[in-house]
Amino acid sequence: MYTEISLDNLRVKKLPHIWCAGCGNGIVLSAILRAIERSKIDKDKIVFVSGIGCAGRSSGYVNFNTLHTLHGRPLAFATGIKLANPDLQVIVATGDGDLAAIGGNHFIHAAKRNIDLSVIVFNNFVYGMTGGQLSPTTPEDSFTTTTPYGHIEEPMNISYLAIAAGATYVARETIGNPLMLEKYILNGLLHKGFSLIEAVSSCVTEFGRRNNLGDPAEYVKFLKDKSIPFSKVNSVESHDGIVVGEFVNIEKPEFVTSYYELVKKVAK
Amino acid sequence: MKERLMSGNEAVAIGAIKAGCRFFAGYPITPSTDLAERMSKLLPEVGGAFIQMEDELGSIGAIIGASLTGSKAMTATSGPGFSLMQEGIGFASFSEIPIVVVDVQRVGPSTGIPTYPSQGDIMQARWGTHGSHPIIALYPSSVKESYDLIFTAFNFSEKYRVPVIFISDEVIGHMREKITVDDSHVVFERKKPEVPKEDYLPFDSRYEVPPLANFGEGYRFHVTGLTHDETGFPTSDPVKAERLMERLQRKILNHLDEIFLYETFLVEDADILIVSYGVVARSAKEAILELREKGLKVGLFRPITIWPSSEKVLKDLASNRRVFVFEMNLGQYVHEVERIVKKKVEFYGKENGEIISPEEIESCILKSL
Amino acid sequence: MKTEIRLAGSGGQGIILASILLAEAASIYDQKNVLQSQVYGAAARGEISKADVIISDSEIYFPEVRSPDILLTLTQDSYDTFIKHIKLTTLIIVDDFYVKTIDKSLNNYVFSITDIALNTTQKRISSNIVALGIISGLTGVVSLDALTETIKNHFKEGVQKNIEALYMGYKIGIGGKNG
Repeated sequence: MYTEISLDNLRVKKLPHIWCAGCGNGIVLSAILRAIERSKIDKDKIVFVSGIGCAGRSSGYVNFNTLHTLHGRPLAFATGIKLANPDLQVIVATGDGDLAAIGGNHFIHAAKRNIDLSVIVFNNFVYGMTGGQLSPTTPEDSFTTTTPYGHIEEPMNISYLAIAAGATYVARETIGNPLMLEKYILNGLLHKGFSLIEAVSSCVTEFGRRNNLGDPAEYVKFLKDKSIPFSKVNSVESHDGIVVGEFVNIEKPEFVTSYYELVKKVAK
Repeated sequence: MKERLMSGNEAVAIGAIKAGCRFFAGYPITPSTDLAERMSKLLPEVGGAFIQMEDELGSIGAIIGASLTGSKAMTATSGPGFSLMQEGIGFASFSEIPIVVVDVQRVGPSTGIPTYPSQGDIMQARWGTHGSHPIIALYPSSVKESYDLIFTAFNFSEKYRVPVIFISDEVIGHMREKITVDDSHVVFERKKPEVPKEDYLPFDSRYEVPPLANFGEGYRFHVTGLTHDETGFPTSDPVKAERLMERLQRKILNHLDEIFLYETFLVEDADILIVSYGVVARSAKEAILELREKGLKVGLFRPITIWPSSEKVLKDLASNRRVFVFEMNLGQYVHEVERIVKKKVEFYGKENGEIISPEEIESCILKSL
Repeated sequence: MKTEIRLAGSGGQGIILASILLAEAASIYDQKNVLQSQVYGAAARGEISKADVIISDSEIYFPEVRSPDILLTLTQDSYDTFIKHIKLTTLIIVDDFYVKTIDKSLNNYVFSITDIALNTTQKRISSNIVALGIISGLTGVVSLDALTETIKNHFKEGVQKNIEALYMGYKIGIGGKNG
């Protein structure tokens, strides 16, 4: 069944958005909004936190309590919000650079605490906002404005890192399969604990045109064709393509709940 | 009413709780760590939240987030951590989110001497961030004043929607003195919007300090570190940018009568005015008493509000007097004094871990005669 | 009247605690102006432990003790270190258990502090409390009542033993003054 995006959840007056024609971020954002609609969470209780970069701009377009933070810091701000008011549903929209480079430390520690935040990382392999520089997830041998001779590093696997750090819900899907992406985001919203949904997105303007993926539709098709179901390889990582699926879905004590249980014990 | 012997850092923690602080995020750093330890004990007792973050970038982010839910929030750090927090202080200044940042100064630059005092962060408190915005910075010189002043810090922060830097130093933070812990302090609560939700403007320029709604109460507003208009959404319109910048200045600088706190000591008949603050002001008082025994008429001006300064107060006090500035750095506040008094100012400073002693102050003044 | 007191020994002898008890007694119970400070943090993890207490009838400005009026040394190391920063009149209280070599030209008051602690409470750690009793008896800078109240207030267990140690110290302190 297809869920419509409620216009009430969008700040229609703030459109058009700043994303380039052909950008995959709209597909990710619409998956988020449909998942929110399906989750039936009270909209007034949603705090939508984002960082800096293309993905970071998403908070301006959604009609919740919205916070556009500093580069790399959305998880730090979100941690404060959730711990100060556990009744709020805190959603974090971030990018691969924002989360895994400049915000890497907050990422590891938020996952380690298993704090109840739903994190959607728009992973497009590149710094789009600043004009196409390499990011932690830029694939080896690909071209960016700071790797004009090809990238010599292996990319970081964000989902793998989340699992290692202690996240209790981790899934990855590409914009080639938006309905599954929506499902994983919904699972993440309903999951109690730190959930990370790696949404593999596209950047036609800055990544695509330097790497033979200049056509938006071809780009989406490429991501879809490159997808390998988790069930097939039983590994989060494969050199043959992008492993997609639900990697981790477990219950563990959640930080804010544990904290206030402790408070109950010691409060005078 | 209860008399207790405690350290400056302890007094800040206890005062903060009484001022309504219910959220603390921090990262251990000498010589502020014992303040965080104290908060980790006190906050759960009153139902508040304490979290040790992964670094100071995280700490400042967490308290800004907490403040947006309506919680009075604080962090504590020292020089190196204070440097890392500057990006968050800039964010909170621009998006007008009340927070209190305690900086217990130690010798710098860099890692410096962690266990010894300095006053090397005076300019960082004012100019540590990029861009133009006013800030309020307060600096006590005793344990009792640490207690009293942390109420003021929270009150100013909430009243003016501004980060307040509570500067202290290793000596004031760790020495123990007697104070009275009571409930006599006035506590200011943040102004909340009274307009219908659809009419709410979080940066309404009709106010000097617009009311601030809490996240989760239905107002659904936007907060960003980008230059924003009255609605809170980004703008690059120079007219709107100008309007915001002008209001940020005005909301603080129009209220110096309330914000600028200071102490004078034996200035009425003084020919010589010493300017010093924090722990050095204590040395200055002892030196002044000695110098007066020797027949020299010396007085003290001690700014308690380090930023912003009151040009009027300092100009009046400095007129027809020789002015000496003593501070535990190689010249920071002295530039502010020079800027204001517009005449020759004698300076003595060091940042080697030692407190400037009364004898040093005396000899400095005697030599100059 | 202002008295500057330096307490010194090695880590584990309860020097810091003694300074806090002394400061609390003088400020809360004797109603004097008091300022206590100590070597802090990493710097305190070395051999020598040091804490200063200033007790005054008037306001205390400069927070540091430069050359104390009273110096308590519980170890040879601390004795050797801190006699370098005294004045001619400084009254030096010495524990003969650990301090074997003293400069006879100084104003030394030698007591068997650790021995008395061992005899009274069977615990070496009580030497700090004995020392507080001596300071009270010998100098009167803090009252015995104030120290007694502070100890009652501070310790959860062993109050009686500690008060005994305090009184023993006070007694020999008075004796030291007369002798």
